[in-house]
Amino acid sequence: MLSKMKSTAAAVAVASAFAVPASAELTGDLSIFLDTSNPAPRATMEAMIDRFKAEHPGLNVETTVIDREAYKTQIRNFLTANAPDVATWYAANRMRPYVEAGLFEDVSDLYAEPAMAEGLASTKGALTIDDKQWGVAYTYYQWGVYYRKDIFAELGLSEPTNWDEEKANCGKIVASGRACYTIGTKYLWTAGGWFDYLNMRTNGFDFHMDLAAGNVSWEDERVKATFMNWKELIDMGGFIADHQTYSWQEALPFMVKGEAAAYLMGNFAVAPLREAGLTDDQLDFYQFPTINPNVALSEDAPTDTFHIPANAKNKEAAREFLRFATSPAEQTIINNGKNLGQLPVNAASAVDDDKFLQMGFEMLSNNSTGGVAQFWDRDAPAEMAKVSMEGFQEFMVKPDQLDKILAKLERARGRIYK
Amino acid sequence: MAVSSDIPETECWFHRNQQRIAPWLFLAPGILFFAVYVIAPVFQSFNLSLYEWDGLGEKTYVGMRNYEDLYWEYVDRDAFFTSLKNNVMWLFLYLLAIPAGLFIALFLNQTVRGIRLYKSLFFFPFVISQVVVGLVFTWFYDPSFGLLNTMLGWVGMGPINVLGNEHLVTYGIVAAGLWPQTAYCMILYLTGLNAVDPEQIEAGRLDGAKGWSMLWNIILPQLRPATFIAFVVTIIGALRSFDLISIMTQGGPFGSSRVLAYYMFEVALSEYGFRMGYGAAIAVVLFLIMLCFIAYFLWSMYREEKGH
Repeated sequence: MLSKMKSTAAAVAVASAFAVPASAELTGDLSIFLDTSNPAPRATMEAMIDRFKAEHPGLNVETTVIDREAYKTQIRNFLTANAPDVATWYAANRMRPYVEAGLFEDVSDLYAEPAMAEGLASTKGALTIDDKQWGVAYTYYQWGVYYRKDIFAELGLSEPTNWDEEKANCGKIVASGRACYTIGTKYLWTAGGWFDYLNMRTNGFDFHMDLAAGNVSWEDERVKATFMNWKELIDMGGFIADHQTYSWQEALPFMVKGEAAAYLMGNFAVAPLREAGLTDDQLDFYQFPTINPNVALSEDAPTDTFHIPANAKNKEAAREFLRFATSPAEQTIINNGKNLGQLPVNAASAVDDDKFLQMGFEMLSNNSTGGVAQFWDRDAPAEMAKVSMEGFQEFMVKPDQLDKILAKLERARGRIYK
Repeated sequence: MAVSSDIPETECWFHRNQQRIAPWLFLAPGILFFAVYVIAPVFQSFNLSLYEWDGLGEKTYVGMRNYEDLYWEYVDRDAFFTSLKNNVMWLFLYLLAIPAGLFIALFLNQTVRGIRLYKSLFFFPFVISQVVVGLVFTWFYDPSFGLLNTMLGWVGMGPINVLGNEHLVTYGIVAAGLWPQTAYCMILYLTGLNAVDPEQIEAGRLDGAKGWSMLWNIILPQLRPATFIAFVVTIIGALRSFDLISIMTQGGPFGSSRVLAYYMFEVALSEYGFRMGYGAAIAVVLFLIMLCFIAYFLWSMYREEKGH
């Protein structure tokens, strides 16, 4: 019965796709599931959908906003049982299980359209699996070191460009009774960001991706070298104490109160830091310093995406929505400082003149020649990400256990990649 | 002919067997739901634990592989070992709620002005949600502004990070769990104390029983039904401890506060979990542990019934 209904619906969808030319008025229902549950992104998305509605008055658009964390587990159920027409998700390996299970629609045809092909070239790779594209990006953001300019000035420090300067800076910060970095590793992924940067700077982008793909042993000397660099900062007292009990938000006050001088984070940390009272004179940004001068710099720039579930009913309207959301005009609006405050994915759109967005855009465009990574828990398979980030957290608390931790990760690698 | 109409041969089969059928009819909805929602899933879990499945694609039959993996995790003192160890700790420590509940009940079982208010205050933690209990204790233990460390500071003891220390974390969470569970046991004992026979106490007193011996020989035997129920709910509460762990630590730091129920959720259903078969295997192990207790409870109830 259900499959009959589905096939009827599919037949109707196909029929309408052929019968109605793309420029014609869209009708029917369009259901959109969003994970943008925080107030600002939520308002941005709803405003964008309202503009889409205004362009297509014949379409009945229904938006469902789901809590960001709950969404991550619910997506499995709704993609199979009660699929919307458009759903938000993440690029790279994070979408692989759904692509492989045939739950996302192949949207390579969109990338074949000249406007999209030109505009979205930079994020095409992150959305490609098996030479096909499975969704479109709608925003991305840079990672890097956000630091207290006033503390740096007080101690006479300048932005470090290599590992020796970094360690010298950190030594002085620790000597002044502060921690160099704040971090909250309760939810593990923040430690993944540190591993991303240390490993990409020590061994390079390609090695990092090989490790994420399970082609390199965790007990390899090169991996150990990454952890040894990390250990130098840990042993120096570079990180705040008790970070394993804090979330990333709970780690913010340490920087606001001046107990820690910097935070390795995504650009989304800027908004809460400003709200907490830090001005742009106190807050600044630098690219994670070089460790091994022989590897090209590469960056983390996680991309958030829209997908069309394979079981969607109104795929024609969904495609139109994807075109709309990635259009230069919409990209400029939704990513500006008043809305998401992130970077637009379309090459033809303008970057907001916020200083952090400008610095991030500049960095990703010109100074990330090694490659652009998504983030450890999006590049590595889910299980490996979980086990390894737990290992990173343990390492940050008990750096002497390194060999034991790496042996455990190596065992997990043997099990997970087949 | 007139005789035959008196003989109940015209009565239908239902009327003849009414006495025997009626109980089954009343039980039918219960049995049906129990079979569909409890018994069938047990067998489904057994079946699923023999497969490897990410919850989305095709299942592959792997035989006992999932159990083998669990065994190796046990030998390597990995996640499964930690979860099992923590489950045992929960089982024993959670039982402290029974004596604690008993003593609070004895303490509150008196008639003074405003006793109802005191009773409600003691019962309060059981009424509020486990989520709130978890949050309250998380803040209590917080290393930077928590009340615990402030109080330790008064007596000159250094700050401790209970939820960030892999040796202390389970004790910390169990302590949070004991708060509502003690209140629950207290209520069970308070109702039990209402049924204590005053004549027996009087008789005991005449025979010179006082204090501990009064409690041990006269009161406690009469509270046996309450103790039994308190034992059952506490064991069950300990085995399904999940919400507090999820709220307070997410199984951390580095997985050292996981119990079987949480580990099962993590590998099968959480953000990074796609191993349905493995989760089912953990569920089966948890079920077998519970089965020991269930069998004991059923046996002792059966014995009780036979005794009467």
